[in-house]
Amino acid sequence: MTIMCGIYLDYHSACPLDPRVREFAEKYLRREFGNPSALHSVGLAAKAAVEEARAKVAELVHAEDPSNIIFTASASEASNLALRGAALRNAGRGKHLLASAIEHISVLNPMKDLKKGGFELSLIPVDSAGIVDLVALESQLSQETILTSVMYANSEIGTVEPIAEISELVHKKGLYLHVDATAAAGRISVDVQRDGIDLLTVSSNDIYGPQGAGALYVNPDLKIQPVLFGGGQERGLRAGTENLFAIAGFGEAARLASLEMDEESRRLRAIRDGLIREILKIEEVYLTGHPAKRLPHHASFRFSRIEGESILLTLDAFYNIQVSTGSACSSRTLEPSHVLLAIGLEHVEAHGSMVMTLGKHNNPDQIPLIVNAVTKTVQRLRELSPL
Amino acid sequence: MAQIGYSKKVMEHFMNPRNVGVIENPDGYGKVGNPVCGDLMEIFIKVKDDKIEDIKFRTFGCGSAIAVSSMVTEMAKGRTLEEAMRITRKDVADELEGLPPQKMHCSNLGADALHEAIKDYWVKTGKIKPEQTKGEAGRGKKL
Repeated sequence: MTIMCGIYLDYHSACPLDPRVREFAEKYLRREFGNPSALHSVGLAAKAAVEEARAKVAELVHAEDPSNIIFTASASEASNLALRGAALRNAGRGKHLLASAIEHISVLNPMKDLKKGGFELSLIPVDSAGIVDLVALESQLSQETILTSVMYANSEIGTVEPIAEISELVHKKGLYLHVDATAAAGRISVDVQRDGIDLLTVSSNDIYGPQGAGALYVNPDLKIQPVLFGGGQERGLRAGTENLFAIAGFGEAARLASLEMDEESRRLRAIRDGLIREILKIEEVYLTGHPAKRLPHHASFRFSRIEGESILLTLDAFYNIQVSTGSACSSRTLEPSHVLLAIGLEHVEAHGSMVMTLGKHNNPDQIPLIVNAVTKTVQRLRELSPL
Repeated sequence: MAQIGYSKKVMEHFMNPRNVGVIENPDGYGKVGNPVCGDLMEIFIKVKDDKIEDIKFRTFGCGSAIAVSSMVTEMAKGRTLEEAMRITRKDVADELEGLPPQKMHCSNLGADALHEAIKDYWVKTGKIKPEQTKGEAGRGKKL
């Protein structure tokens, strides 16, 4: 069982930095080191670099005006800014928050914290494929609802949500929508104008940019307040000297994603479809998430009678293949993934999950190697299993 | 320093588990855990002259659950039942060069499954009554 092939299939955990991005942004680690707030020429050059990046990120998500993009240090921070910033700023209008049950913890946890501070939180259920229940959503919306948060696509099960329809329901009542597009931006078309999005979270590293940068698009009609206070950077919404290298790199990664997304997603979709087709031939394996409305580079499964962390470790140790799992045993809390429970899986079913997210370094020749490794891993672990 | 991931010893036992399988007509059988919680472990023993002559296990669970099962069977093999009964969860974790804090419960399962198998043998051979399988014996103390 020792075929060392070295195949990385965990692009949602971390993406490698695109070499073109590194080449572009490297100068900001060297000679162009200025503080964008400084008025001298070194500072102005840095300011220009941040504004160039802002325009590139705005273009990726089709923001009407680059000044509506706020840079943060991560997607988690962008979502915190969106939720806390909107809830606290608009608390006079209502106290109700709404989120899908399958939001990322960087959305759910700030929501839960706001709940401790006196806000009400309702979670919208999803169906077995992970699609948000629109009837439930509409019935929960009231004039008290200051913000609704639904992710563009889910990173654990790949399901893409009907954001335009959700936006229509929210806007029909004159309310506002936050969308976490961390998993979706750069993979499928995300357009804040077409989709009717008021607050949008995007991540740099998820599109092959440097870690340490994220962004929030803010509809100027919606007032939000900062979470970090200080020197008034980012229109006063995010204090702290800009991470020049990460932001400039994020911008360049966004530009490349805008150019290359369609072709790259087509390429990855073909590999992904091959993987799903072949892996589903193994006994007692099931696709999780929506079979068609899913991210093009995303394949997720559950295997009965075996446990996900063991799958992850076996694939890594014996085959040098890196995947992810929503199993309880791999989490810090030992709770199974809330996403897998929300789509109706029993605890014992949720333990057997495996997630593959594809990226630039994957190619069709890897399909048989991956399928062989998964098949043997499942066989090995089932031989060990009393179930 | 906080431990990052699994020790080499855990990975070694995970990748090359000892004593995997089933003993037909075992002298003792122990099963602990619950698939709902993500761990289920069963241990089979064959006893000769009051010693564990053969031992096998099957486990549904994470990397540490599998490594713990393998280690506990290796530690128990060839020992007297009384000695094996004194193997604690800490002994198993120590032999594995430690487990991450959130995985310590896996080592409980290993020792518990072994003790259950021994107690099952003692019940079958009339050494203890079924009701005596709870309490002291369950904590790995000498009967």
